[in-house]
Amino acid sequence: MVAQNIFFAIIALAMVASAVRVVTSKNILHAALYLVVVLAGIAAQFIITGAEFTGVTQVLVYIGAVLVLFLFGIMLTRARIGREESVDGDRRWLAGVVALLLFAVMAYALVDAFDTEALDAQNALEPQSTQMVSDAIFHDYLIPFEAVSFLLLAALIGAIVVARKE
Amino acid sequence: MWLNQFLLLGALLFCIGVYGVLARRNGVMVLMSIELLLNAVNLNFIAFGAYHGTPVGQVFALFVIGVAAAEVGVGLAIVLLIYRNRSSIDLESVDLLKG
Repeated sequence: MVAQNIFFAIIALAMVASAVRVVTSKNILHAALYLVVVLAGIAAQFIITGAEFTGVTQVLVYIGAVLVLFLFGIMLTRARIGREESVDGDRRWLAGVVALLLFAVMAYALVDAFDTEALDAQNALEPQSTQMVSDAIFHDYLIPFEAVSFLLLAALIGAIVVARKE
Repeated sequence: MWLNQFLLLGALLFCIGVYGVLARRNGVMVLMSIELLLNAVNLNFIAFGAYHGTPVGQVFALFVIGVAAAEVGVGLAIVLLIYRNRSSIDLESVDLLKG
């Protein structure tokens, strides 16, 4: 358990530092690459909690596909490669205040509700095997699963229709 | 491990993402901040799934990943269209509906 906590702390620190850089970096390409660190950190946290399948899917979908989409978006909108001062709005301070207040409220509610509740009190944090996940998806959650696949199809067609040249 | 350490990390990432959505004016960067928000939510799903010892948290996290993939595809298509029409993706200038 101690080793897990140490790894959690290291990864969490790297994630928070990179997330801050994602939203403050003036260089759009650097922001995209810092996003990779955050997404990989999320995948690592999934594996620490025993959610192996979701962790691997996170790497495949986010780092493999979504990041490439972002890089394409950066390329196609011909963003300047390098520092660009115009990426931040004028109401940055207001946004910072909103985010801080939101975090204060959420942190208070979470500490109030779950104080020091152990994650593994009842079930010793057994890995939830891929078999359990697939059983749940294809038995109890089959209709939502089909809805998501239909949504993906619709989004694919919609993206092509929207982005296609006349 | 505490449940709260994951929930607080998720809350912190969510708030950083909220700051990004509000403060950025570049369309692609706003979409990146939205990815931060969705990932923070996924972290909560996984943490609660592990807490209750069910795979349902993972199932919903997978659904969120699927929806996020659809969202980023359509979102980038819209940003590309805005760029094509105004040769800029500055969101402060997209205010045609402003009264």
